[in-house]
Amino acid sequence: MAQQTQSAVVPPKITFWERFENNRNLLGLFLMLPTAALLVTFLAYPLGLGVWLGLTDTTIGREGVFIGLENYKWLFADSVFWLSVFNTFLYTTVASTIKFGLGLWLALILNQHIPFKSLIRAIILLPWIVPTVLSAVAFWWIYDSQFSIISWSLMKLGFIDQYINFLGEKNNARAAVIIANIWRGVPFVAISLLAGLQTISPILYEAATLDGANKWQQFRHVTLPMLTPIISVVMTFSVLFTFTDFQLIYVLTRGGPINATHLMATLSFQRAIPGGHLGEGAAIAVAMIPFLLAAILFSYFGLQRRAWQQGGGH
Amino acid sequence: MASVTIDSVKKRFGRNEVLHCIDLAIEDSEFVVLVGPSGCGKSTLLRMIAGLEEVTEGQIKINDQVVNNIPPKKRDIAMVFQNYALYPHMKVFDNMAFSLKLQKMSARKIREQVEKSAEILGLTDYLDRYPRQLSGGQRQRVAMGRAIVRSPKVFLFDEPLSNLDAKLRVQMRTEIKTLHFQLSTTSIYVTHDQIEAMTMADRIVVMHDGWIEQVGTPLELYDFPANRFVAGFIGSPAMNFLEGTIVGDSGACAVELADSTRLPLPDSWTVEHGRRVVYGIRPEHLSLAQENGGIGAKVVVVEPTGSETLIISEIAGMKLHAVFRERHSFRQKDTIFLQPTPSKTHLFDAQTGNVIEGNSI
Repeated sequence: MAQQTQSAVVPPKITFWERFENNRNLLGLFLMLPTAALLVTFLAYPLGLGVWLGLTDTTIGREGVFIGLENYKWLFADSVFWLSVFNTFLYTTVASTIKFGLGLWLALILNQHIPFKSLIRAIILLPWIVPTVLSAVAFWWIYDSQFSIISWSLMKLGFIDQYINFLGEKNNARAAVIIANIWRGVPFVAISLLAGLQTISPILYEAATLDGANKWQQFRHVTLPMLTPIISVVMTFSVLFTFTDFQLIYVLTRGGPINATHLMATLSFQRAIPGGHLGEGAAIAVAMIPFLLAAILFSYFGLQRRAWQQGGGH
Repeated sequence: MASVTIDSVKKRFGRNEVLHCIDLAIEDSEFVVLVGPSGCGKSTLLRMIAGLEEVTEGQIKINDQVVNNIPPKKRDIAMVFQNYALYPHMKVFDNMAFSLKLQKMSARKIREQVEKSAEILGLTDYLDRYPRQLSGGQRQRVAMGRAIVRSPKVFLFDEPLSNLDAKLRVQMRTEIKTLHFQLSTTSIYVTHDQIEAMTMADRIVVMHDGWIEQVGTPLELYDFPANRFVAGFIGSPAMNFLEGTIVGDSGACAVELADSTRLPLPDSWTVEHGRRVVYGIRPEHLSLAQENGGIGAKVVVVEPTGSETLIISEIAGMKLHAVFRERHSFRQKDTIFLQPTPSKTHLFDAQTGNVIEGNSI
């Protein structure tokens, strides 16, 4: 007995390994290392490199030198750059607004009891699943100046007497790429909002019915406020995807006609790779960052858990 | 203020009939409790009165007006849901004011009404809180506040206390009862808890499998259950049922169990000899007798609760519960002698489960 008591008093020797195993911070740091390595290699390094390139006059085949903000000064005076900024904003605003409207409408319909609901949901997801380039090629044919099915149909129906120049005329081309983007983006919005709608308890609608709310009032006072957190997440993502869109434009118009559909992403690529001015291209890409940050911050503050979602306290 | 009449109402979901011909008249300012095990159709009936479910057949009338095709919002009823159904994004004030706002009432009047109801329910200090910041009991009160704020004709309660802990449930029971006393609005209350039904109701409607088994005041149901189901459902601990056969003729009938134990019936009762019956006796109507003076039973478990002692014993392979106000320290396998009070016995037909009146030969 006495021996046992004595041995309990002496602090047991703790090995380094034991201390490591029981230290939350140290162990946590260690477990994060693989992920951190991946993030540094594939996110931080390219981003840092891009920012650096934007401050140099690198071209393909020649390592550049640091030139400060010269690229940006040059872009500031470049009307094509400003056109691409305008186009990007137009593209993002119009497409996102319509995607939101259509997506919400579809989600509300799909949330009702309708026959073949799961089949219809699967079909609606299709545009989202199809590779962008594939759908862009399909749209290319739909918008083709000679083989367009739209022009053909309208001709046969007698509404027009010559084929529409979808991608060759400035505003037509803008409308055409926006429509293609909407077609691709609506499923994401619709399905995400549908998931949000399904978290709203049907009992709340019963309570609202008994409180005397009609369908519109139920939507206005129950559905919309309860969906707001999800709407802000979904729309942030949607805006980010649209703002940085590249594939669709590049396949359909390559930024034409006369730069009318050039977005910042396509212009950046065109200046950097085919044009060879890596520094200038990088500067255009870096110029997107403030706008994207603004969108993220907007959603960050919009996403802050609303008071009604917080438990306890005041 | 309103009466509610349910006239030969049936409800089918597809081919499945869940309510079979329900007839019930609820008088103005009455507090009626629909009670029954889950799946008996009590909630469906309540939702039909609310207008949340369609009536398949028959009529529901509120103040002699058939409401079958009147939308819920025009029926002037308020409902308290089991999980309260508070709007999580609205503060308590707005939750309570919602229906008044939809009625386009003036802001001043809304404030007056809400504050008045909040005061009745002791919610005045919580009007600026969100439902999430409230305890279960407070949320329950908000749900009731939302109902009383617009002074409806009828209150419907759908198991409103099931989500509360036992102590709070007892407290809210009293509060609801007090509230009904103050407002005397016709109330229909659904629960599966017979104690809630017994303590709150003016009249209880016992439902089972889509049928009404019996309607009556709490004590009527307790003293004169119409059948074995009601007898077993009302009262806690539940009534003992012992299956046996009638022996003896007029004047001195008894029920003989499988092990030839004889259970006495009141002297005046005459039931035909040889009839298969179920003998019903409540645990509190059994008393301890001197040795050989009553029915011998083997003790299985003794459960002291402080105020009373529940003794579960076995007789002829059947469990027999007995409750005593005194404390007893019997041990397992002791033999005790129990004496049923003859005037408190119930007799049910073994086959139909219906009560057998004492003088039916």
